[in-house]
Amino acid sequence: MNKKSSPIRSLAVGLATLLVLVVFAYGFSVTNINFEETRSERRVASLTRILRALAHPKIFDYQFESVNVEIPFYLGCPEGGVEVPDVDRSGAFILTSAGCAEPKGTIVIEGHNFQGNSSGPINFIGFSAEAPEGVLLQVGNFQADAQGNFQVEVTLPNRQVRAEPQAIRVTGRVRVGGPEISREAQITWEKIVETVFMALLATTFGTMIAIPISFFAARNLMAEVRTPLSNLSLSLIGWPLGIGLGIKISQLLSAWLTPLFNSMAVTFIGAIIFPVLGFLFIKWRVSKQKEDAELQFSDRLVNLLYTLVALILAIASILFLGKLLLQVGSYLTPNKEVPLYFIRKFIFQVGDIVAMFVPVVAALVSGGILGGFFGKIGQMISDKLPPARGKILTLIITPIAGALIAVLIMQGVDWFYEFNNPAITLQWPAITGALTGLVLAIITAPKQSLPVGIVLYGIIRTILNGTRSIEALVMAIVFVAWVGLGPFAGALALALHTVASNAKLYSEQVESILQGPLEAIQSTGANRLQTIVFAVVPQIIPPYISYTMYRWDINVRMSTIIGFVGGGGIGFILQQNINLLNYRAASVNMLAIAIVVATMDYISSVLREKYV
Amino acid sequence: MLEIKNLSKVYDGGVQALKNVSFSVEQGEFLAVIGLSGSGKSTLLRCINRLIEPTNGQIVWDGQDVTAASQDEMRLVRRKIGMVFQHFNLVTRSKVITNVLAGRLGYVNPLMSALNRFPKGDIEKALSQLDRVGIKEQAYKRADELSGGQQQRVGIARAMMQEPAMILADEPVASLDPVLAHSIMQYLEKINKEDGVTVLCSLHFLDLVHRYADRAIALNGGVLMFDGPPNKIDDEKFREIYGKDAERVG
Ligand SMILES: Nc1ncnc2c1ncn2[C@@H]1O[C@H](COP(=O)(O)OP(=O)(O)OP(=O)(O)O)[C@@H](O)[C@H]1O
Ligand SMILES: [Mg+2]
Repeated sequence: MNKKSSPIRSLAVGLATLLVLVVFAYGFSVTNINFEETRSERRVASLTRILRALAHPKIFDYQFESVNVEIPFYLGCPEGGVEVPDVDRSGAFILTSAGCAEPKGTIVIEGHNFQGNSSGPINFIGFSAEAPEGVLLQVGNFQADAQGNFQVEVTLPNRQVRAEPQAIRVTGRVRVGGPEISREAQITWEKIVETVFMALLATTFGTMIAIPISFFAARNLMAEVRTPLSNLSLSLIGWPLGIGLGIKISQLLSAWLTPLFNSMAVTFIGAIIFPVLGFLFIKWRVSKQKEDAELQFSDRLVNLLYTLVALILAIASILFLGKLLLQVGSYLTPNKEVPLYFIRKFIFQVGDIVAMFVPVVAALVSGGILGGFFGKIGQMISDKLPPARGKILTLIITPIAGALIAVLIMQGVDWFYEFNNPAITLQWPAITGALTGLVLAIITAPKQSLPVGIVLYGIIRTILNGTRSIEALVMAIVFVAWVGLGPFAGALALALHTVASNAKLYSEQVESILQGPLEAIQSTGANRLQTIVFAVVPQIIPPYISYTMYRWDINVRMSTIIGFVGGGGIGFILQQNINLLNYRAASVNMLAIAIVVATMDYISSVLREKYV
Repeated sequence: MLEIKNLSKVYDGGVQALKNVSFSVEQGEFLAVIGLSGSGKSTLLRCINRLIEPTNGQIVWDGQDVTAASQDEMRLVRRKIGMVFQHFNLVTRSKVITNVLAGRLGYVNPLMSALNRFPKGDIEKALSQLDRVGIKEQAYKRADELSGGQQQRVGIARAMMQEPAMILADEPVASLDPVLAHSIMQYLEKINKEDGVTVLCSLHFLDLVHRYADRAIALNGGVLMFDGPPNKIDDEKFREIYGKDAERVG
């Protein structure tokens, strides 16, 4: 590199410097940087107060015994002076250097006969029209010696001069008994437990959903997924049909079975019989399975029917098991004071979750079953039929699929925007979808396989990236609106964020596995599921564990502040304490956060080292 | 039994790795595939079980057109063709026995195998295959605890679990020392002679070709340059295959 110095070069450097200056000047002005403010006495004083309070976390508390001593005092000396009244010297008493003083004047206060080492505030009690008992104005503090004597100089407040006497009150306090855990610390403990479990649940459920998604977001696995158009169109028709069928089946089943749930005995028997029946049925079917390549259309149809029977048995089993949980839960103690009460609550909750997810799972599974079945038929159209007949069938199927999908998408959009206009939600999408399908069917050659996998990969990646870019704090606001204030909203927000972030991270791990073992397993004739289980899963276990730990760490961190938007946990209390200027309590909260985060950080790094 | 007709492969980047390659292989033959690095040996072997999609041409195996097979039919073809790799391609974090059992994946019930449940007969078979290659004691170790030579034996055992009619071996000994190379080649020879399994094996060293192969084919820049018994490779043929400046060693 040879640098030549030239006037133009120098000019360029000068201009660049100027530009940087302008940028920073603008930055200062928009961020309201104002160091004058930081030096102002008022600001410094309040900063000092807060920092000092923060330095005294209120972890322990003492019981105090206190004594109030009051003497009359004239603010503004009346003409002729004041009489110094006799004070009762039998108990604690105070004396002032003068019986009166001007506002902002200084006096010396002496105290005697207080309890040894007692301390407390010195207040001026001013007259107020609104408050008959007067307003308390703290003018100083005292700390008595071991004999209970003290002497302090205090400055009186700047208040209206009055002819009537006002008063000075000294409150002497002594600790009785040892230190106790403060109420603030107890609340902090409760909330920090809530926080940690919120993070645990969010991480667990988020990860459980993220793992299957991550396989669909991995380019190397999805690139191989190519299907002919007939397969794609038919499975696109099959999925919505299957989803509808699944919802219908689970509705009908729970309607039929509900009368049986009245009796605990019947529920118990059902919860045993149905799973056993389902298991035996599936085992029997599996043993009779033929090779995929040998299956005729009629075989596939029979297979479909058997699979649906298995699905019905499975849903019935889950319904029975869920109800059994609820009934067992109600037999356990209903007494909230009993320590094991939370187990009853847990069983109830699990039963409830099962009941809630049965239709969803049934819909997805039966969507998969029908989608797969229709797809296989499409595959057979492409593989087995003569190209001309295949093409004609494809020309019929694809427009139907296109119309169906377009209508379904527009129904979804309609939910958000409430068009209430069938032209927009029905006719137009049907026509455009059908036309798109038709064009697609015309331009694809018979047997040509389409890169369905890569398209699906693109869609999933886009959704994940979009979801990931929304902070969990923002998601929490939406969930608070849905399920109300509290840790449940926070856990849902963190779980959703975990799904999006970890699915992306996991899928990158899938993309970086060694291709060799994958090739080797494929060459044995393994199908896609087997290839994933035998070649992909063993390779990704260590990074998956490590990322899950990492996410659990992040979630604990996030859950400490998710309370700021109402998501429950320690953040909720911290924010309240800050708003109430309760800095010593806030300090306890922050300390707890620091300890938990540091501990989590340490544990997760140790575990990661161990597993990776 | 295997017939390759005008096979061509052009990679996405535009590299033509195979040009109009045609040859056929008889049942029970031990065929060596030779050629310089980059001449297309791996591409050829991987086209045969369609780990790589051929661009053009036909592969007929046992009377079936492999290039036209559907995905489901392809699984049935693949499970009868074992494959052995230069870098062994074991799943190193899994146990040796799991790696060997993976050879049965084309036969067993997909659902049960996904739960790692294999028929008892298959497990016994896996152990006896390991016994055959002399590493039965290592069955329950993790694959990455084994030495290179032992890993390649696991690779062979995995291929043999497929009860293959043919084995494709892509430079099976290139990452092993000469002594180990001979022991691995002897296993392949044994499989070929005793079990009558056809072997297609790409090799770098001509002495190995002379010692083990019935027949050799040679590729240069994706073009088939030679097809005949190894002892027919004279100096002139050698230069055609390996280039003008090449010198015979050994
Ligand atoms: N996935 C790929 N994408 C693009 N080009 C490839 C790919 N794989 C191989 N090639 C190219 O195809 C040609 C043949 O490669 P191939 O791996 O078949 O050679 P080879 O004879 O097995 O070589 P080696 O002895 O080094 O293994 C080479 O020029 C290589 O660069
Ligand atoms: Mg190679």
